[in-house]
Amino acid sequence: MTRLSWFNVVSLTLGFAFLYLPMVILIIFSFNESKLVTVWAGFSTKWYGELLQNEAFLDAAWVTLRVAVFSSTIATVLGTMAAYVLVRGGRFFGRTLFSGMIYAPLVMPEVITGLSLLLLFIGIGLDRGIFTIVLAHTTFSMCYVSVVVSSRLVTFDRSLEEAALDLGCAPAEAFRLVTLPIIAPAVISGWLLAFTLSLDDLVIASFTSGPSSTTLPIKIFSSVRLGVSPEINALSTLMIAVVAVGVIIASLATKRAALQRRREEQLATQT
Amino acid sequence: MRRFFLIAVPYAWLLVLFLIPFVIVLKISLSDTELAIPPYTPTLDLSQGWAGIREFFAGLDLENFVWLTEDDLYWKAYLSSLWIATCSTILTLLIGFPIAYGMARSPEQWRATLMMLVILPFWTSFLIRVYAWMGILSQEGFLNQFLLWIGIIDSPLTILNTNTAVYIGIVYTYLPFMILPIYAALDRLDGSLIEAAEDLGCSRLMAFWLVTLPLSRPGIIAGCFLVFIPALGEFVIPSLLGGSGTLMIGKVLWEEFFSNRDWPVASAVAVVLLLILVIPIVLFQRNQQKQQEADQ
Repeated sequence: MTRLSWFNVVSLTLGFAFLYLPMVILIIFSFNESKLVTVWAGFSTKWYGELLQNEAFLDAAWVTLRVAVFSSTIATVLGTMAAYVLVRGGRFFGRTLFSGMIYAPLVMPEVITGLSLLLLFIGIGLDRGIFTIVLAHTTFSMCYVSVVVSSRLVTFDRSLEEAALDLGCAPAEAFRLVTLPIIAPAVISGWLLAFTLSLDDLVIASFTSGPSSTTLPIKIFSSVRLGVSPEINALSTLMIAVVAVGVIIASLATKRAALQRRREEQLATQT
Repeated sequence: MRRFFLIAVPYAWLLVLFLIPFVIVLKISLSDTELAIPPYTPTLDLSQGWAGIREFFAGLDLENFVWLTEDDLYWKAYLSSLWIATCSTILTLLIGFPIAYGMARSPEQWRATLMMLVILPFWTSFLIRVYAWMGILSQEGFLNQFLLWIGIIDSPLTILNTNTAVYIGIVYTYLPFMILPIYAALDRLDGSLIEAAEDLGCSRLMAFWLVTLPLSRPGIIAGCFLVFIPALGEFVIPSLLGGSGTLMIGKVLWEEFFSNRDWPVASAVAVVLLLILVIPIVLFQRNQQKQQEADQ
C-alpha cells in the first residue's frame, strides 16, 4: 500500500498542520514585543527575561520538578515490581483485584482520582503539601509504568532467565544480570512517561496540594483563566523545547543502541 | 518470602491509595451535608459494631442521589457530557481516519517519522495544548483575523467560551489516541486483499468500503473508546475553552467541591459518573480481548 493519492497527501498535510500550527503560533508569539498577544510588534525576548524574574513561577517550577523526580522514581520501582508479579508471579490470592487496580487508574477520570485521594488524606489527617502530591502522582503513574514494562516482559524469551538459573545464579542475581538489562529500555521509557505525566498533571495536583505547594500547572491554570499572556507563551515555549530535545535525544539513543546490537549480532555470527 | 514482598508492596500501595479512597467517596456520598469541618456527618458508625451497620442501613436514604435527580443541573450536565463526548468522538474519527489512512499508504521510510510526529504532541503538556487554542479562537484571535482577511466573514465570530471551542479542544488533544490504533490496524492490513478485490472488479471506492473499512474496525473501535472515555470526565478543556453555558460533569464536580464545598454531593456526582463509565470501559476491554485472541 504505497500509492499516495492526492486525497492522502491533502489529509496528511491538513492533519499535521492542525496538530502543529497551534503550537507554532504559540512559539512565534512568545517572541512578540507587544503585550497584545495577537498583534505582531517586532522580535523581542523580553518575556523570557520577565519570566526568569517571576519568583512565583520559579518556585512553582521547583516544586513541580521535585514532585516529578520523586514520584516517577518511586512509581518506576513499584510499577516494575507490579509488572513482574503480573507476568511472572503465577497465581496468588486476589490476583484479579490486583490487575484490576493496575488498569483502572488508566481510565479513571482525573477529577474522581483527585477527589478520592483528597478525601483519604483529610480522613487520615495528613497535611497537604509536596508529600501528598508525590503520593498521588506515584499511584497513577505506577500503573502506566507497569503497563509499559509488562508489555516488554511478555515478549521476552523466558529461557534466558532459566538458563541463568540453571547455570547457578540465585533468582535475585538472575534478575539483576539477565532480566533487568533486557527490560531496561522499557523501564526507562516508563520512568520518562511517569515523569512527564507528573509534570503535566493539573487536576490531581489541584486536589492534593496544599497552600504552600503550588505546582507549575496549577500556577499556569490560574493565570491562564484570566486570559492569554505573552509570559505564559514564553513558559510554554520553554516547556515544549525541553520535551522536543528530550524526545529527539531519546530516539537517537535508541536508534544507536539498535545499530550497535545489529553490529554485535553480525560479529557474533561471523566468528 | 521474597515473592511475598514483591506482591505485597505494590498491592498494599494500590489498596491504600486507590481502593480505600473509593470506599471513602462512596461512604461520604451517603452521608448528610452539614456546615462544619469536615462538611458532612457520617451515617456509618463502625465503632458500634453491628448496631452501627444496622442503623446505617435503616437510615439509608440516598438523599444526595435523589438530589442529583431533582436538580436540573446534574442530569443536564450528565446528558450534555455524554452528548459532547459522543459528538467529539465522531468528529475525531472523521478527522483521524484519513490521517491514519494516509500514514499507512505513505512510503515505508516515512512511516516512523510520521508516527513520531503523531506521538510528539502527547509528550507536550496537555494544559499548554489547550491554552494554545485560547489565542487562536478569541474575538481578536488568529482564526478570526484570518477569516476576516480572506473575506469570508465581516465581523469576528464568537468561538471561544462556546461549545464549539470545547469540540475543537477535545478533537485536537485526543486526535493522536484516534490515529494510533487505526494506523496500527491499517498497517497490519494485507495489501493483496485490496488488490484481489480490485482484480475481481471492485472499484477503488468499493474495495475501500468492502475490505479496508471492515478490517480496520477493531482499530476504529479502540480509538473511539480511547477518545470517548477521557472526554466524558474532562475538566480542563470545558473550563478553559467553554463558556458559562458549557455544562460538563467534570466541571460540575470540581465546582461542587471547591466552590460550594458540598462534599457529599460532589462524591455522589463522582459515584454516578463512575457507574456511567463502567459500560464503555467494559465494552472497550471486550474489544481489546477479542482483538488479542484474533491475533493469536
